[in-house]
Amino acid sequence: AENEPSWETPCSELLIYVSTPGCDGFPSLDSKEDYKLSISRGSMLLSAETVWGALRGLETFSQLIGRDESGTYYINETEIVDFPRFPHRGLLLDTSRHYLPLRAILETVDVMAYNKFNVFHWHIVDDPSFPYESSTFPELSKRGAFNAMTHVYTASDVRTVIEYARLRGIRVIAEFDTPGHTLSWGPGAPGLLTRCYVGKAPSGIYGPINPIVNSTYQFVTSLFQEVSTVFPDSFLHLGGDEVDFTCWKSNPEIRAFMKEMGFGEDYKKLESFYIQRLLHIVSSLGKGYIVWQEVFDNDVKLRPDTIIHVWKENSMQYLNEVANVTRAGYRALLSAPWYLNRISYGQDWIAAYKVEPLDFAGVPEQKALVMGGEACMWGEYVDVTNLTPRLW
Amino acid sequence: SRRTMSRAMGLVGLLLGLVVVPAVLVSTNLRRGAPRTETEPEPSGWELAADAVPEDSLWPLPQWVRTYPRQLQLAPSRFQLVHGAGSSAGPGCGLLQDAFRRYYEYMFGHSRWRTRGRRPLAARAEPELFQLQVVIEAGDPGCDRHPQLTSSEAYHLTVTEPVAILKAYEVWGALRGLETFSQLVHEDDYGSFLVNESEINDFPRFAHRGVLLDTSRHYLPLKSILTNLDAMAFNKFNVLHWHIVDDQSFPYQSIYFPELSDKGAYSSNLIYTPTDVRLVIEYARLRGIRVIPEFDTPGHTQSWGKGQKDLLTPCYKGRQPTGSFGPVNPIWNTTYDFMTKFFKEISSVFPDELIHLGGDEVDFSCWKSNPEVKEFMKKQGFGTDYAKLESYYVQNILDIVSSYNKGQMVWQEVFDHKAQLKPDTVVQVWMANNYAHELSSVTGAGFTTVLSAPWYLDYISYGQDWKKYYSVEPLNFPGSEKQKKLVIGGEACLWGEFVDATNLTPRLWPRASAVGERLWSSSNVTNLQDAYKRLTNHRCRML
Repeated sequence: AENEPSWETPCSELLIYVSTPGCDGFPSLDSKEDYKLSISRGSMLLSAETVWGALRGLETFSQLIGRDESGTYYINETEIVDFPRFPHRGLLLDTSRHYLPLRAILETVDVMAYNKFNVFHWHIVDDPSFPYESSTFPELSKRGAFNAMTHVYTASDVRTVIEYARLRGIRVIAEFDTPGHTLSWGPGAPGLLTRCYVGKAPSGIYGPINPIVNSTYQFVTSLFQEVSTVFPDSFLHLGGDEVDFTCWKSNPEIRAFMKEMGFGEDYKKLESFYIQRLLHIVSSLGKGYIVWQEVFDNDVKLRPDTIIHVWKENSMQYLNEVANVTRAGYRALLSAPWYLNRISYGQDWIAAYKVEPLDFAGVPEQKALVMGGEACMWGEYVDVTNLTPRLW
Repeated sequence: SRRTMSRAMGLVGLLLGLVVVPAVLVSTNLRRGAPRTETEPEPSGWELAADAVPEDSLWPLPQWVRTYPRQLQLAPSRFQLVHGAGSSAGPGCGLLQDAFRRYYEYMFGHSRWRTRGRRPLAARAEPELFQLQVVIEAGDPGCDRHPQLTSSEAYHLTVTEPVAILKAYEVWGALRGLETFSQLVHEDDYGSFLVNESEINDFPRFAHRGVLLDTSRHYLPLKSILTNLDAMAFNKFNVLHWHIVDDQSFPYQSIYFPELSDKGAYSSNLIYTPTDVRLVIEYARLRGIRVIPEFDTPGHTQSWGKGQKDLLTPCYKGRQPTGSFGPVNPIWNTTYDFMTKFFKEISSVFPDELIHLGGDEVDFSCWKSNPEVKEFMKKQGFGTDYAKLESYYVQNILDIVSSYNKGQMVWQEVFDHKAQLKPDTVVQVWMANNYAHELSSVTGAGFTTVLSAPWYLDYISYGQDWKKYYSVEPLNFPGSEKQKKLVIGGEACLWGEFVDATNLTPRLWPRASAVGERLWSSSNVTNLQDAYKRLTNHRCRML
């Protein structure tokens, strides 16, 4: 009959051709993920420059296979040429607000691969808990995790995640957010956090990391030395968001320091002082860094290769922020319109889909600085019982 | 052992054993943290914060609670839930036997207690609590009956050594009391099971406390429904409003009209067989939960038309039928012949005293387009008021269902469009806009009412929206005392447009718990901080 598909001889193999070796390496921002898929009578060929492209092509190939009413598997003759528009396509999971067991993370990484995501942004610690088991500072998780026996990521767990992700062409970028968002670091690192004061006496409450004592920088150096070794990706996310200055302002030693340094009342300068030293430390460890947008907004002096992560969403202003960041010459990542933790009724995927990251006034060189973006699933109301249906 | 579980299910036959056993396993897994595949012994207790008071674990908050600092310990290998002397219920009461086992497992887990070491209790200071004795006071305990609106759910719990006593008028109160008792038992840092001496007097504020599940927009597998019945029991809900069919699909396998699901279900495996339905009803009954089915007509019936020709109204464009169909055709006798037979089946399949007949959101445009219908409107003298035609239809259905000795529940439009209801028809208020005014009108006209308008849980939003559900006061409307008494309760609704088995449980719970407490507890239990404390404990326990 005219409209019946013409069944050809059964296809028996998909040949995969990769031109550049690199099976044992890690994916990076510069990895090529291009691939070509050629399905025709007699031959099925997937060719890619790198293994990462081959992974993308395999996913696509698996999506092309259909099954007819009698259960026969088939595939149409197809030609596909594919490559990603943006090289950084990430997903953020927050394992501090709620601990996520390993299986939840691995399951998420699987689904990321189905959707060709290539960066797992692991917001591993924050105010509520410190689940990362540090070999240099074991007290951090001992005192800072929700439960030091059960709600931690051991070195082995971390290796498992990194390898599981690698096998799917996914980079793991760890975020150790400082100087704010660090309350859980306090119990395991006495003297690290700023003591807040009420008048002349400490109130018992702690604030951001204390930026004026040498011990802070010794600690930070050691910790990031470890983190740089544990996480093989060339980038670390250093956080830097939502630093509340009130505690710093209340502390007399810090006020004295501000005077000494001639910072006046501008605590952004103090934040800048900390971040710059942090960037220097991390840089000398051979890593690149990503920071949240406040670091840029607060005029911290940054290195030119810093990547700025745009997250603040106030009615489309985020595109202005992307414009500003790129105009200043920095690379940008977009997350503002993609805070998936902010659920709402109905088909809200449509709003996320309609976002156009380059819809701002700027020259092509600027637009080229937008590396991509990340969907964020902050964990205030998310744990293993609802993560998967909320995210996908 | 598996055999014991099957036997203990009582009315459920051996054939159902295979289905039932996994369901029972699911039900207990839901309560204790172990995920399905892990083989190590499940953690059995849950821990309160160091400075917690025993009430911090109760949800919903009982009407009257007194706890004392003195603690008693429980030894899982010795502790028993038993029938007390003078109880009208005994070992023949399958419902209570089943509950005893279920609550024992909730409190102590499946753990192999017999093989654990026996450290003499003398090492501890606290006296031992050996039993909870359950005493049913009514001459007819109700073991083999189905719960009703007028069932007694009151109970009195005294926890003191050497035995605790749970008194209830009927078995339904015992079920509620067992849930509360299980919420009082906790583990200390060393794993010892403890309970504070306490006395509780409890009964529900509202008699109708329901959850609506929609199995038409998305089919819900049996396991999903049963898991939710378990969660409902943890929260003392007592009505499952099963919105079983609608426009999108007809999963109910009818005995008289098999074509309805043959043609109307999403697929031949996405149906509820008579066995499935019986299982849901029995599973619910064992938890003191009524199952009120809703067969919504004349609107919301697209899927009915697939398997029942000439039931729905053909729509017209001018003089030509368009090929599409509207609501049930109210003017043909065949419609009422069908409904008579169909509701005869429903009345016998579903034992509850009520059937929900729907009656919401009837779109008149198709009726208006149909020349025969227009002719009928003229003949009846309805003018152009199609609400009158809707009422004409609804009244006929009410009569049909009445003749089978069933009461009816309807959505508010049926009342709003002035259909003549039976005096005991229950009106469900769902439209959010100015629902207090609607409550006034409905109760002012003398009808009993169930409130859902502020509790559409399918309308998700970011953050702790449980607070807004908790803060609803159902009787906050202008009306006399007599009117307020006509508000028999409420229902949390989880419509299925965006819900299926992959996300139902985390979407419904613990948000529905807020509604559960509002409907059970006293009207002055409104403190959000206290509720937060108890709800967080309760939620972790439910997991």
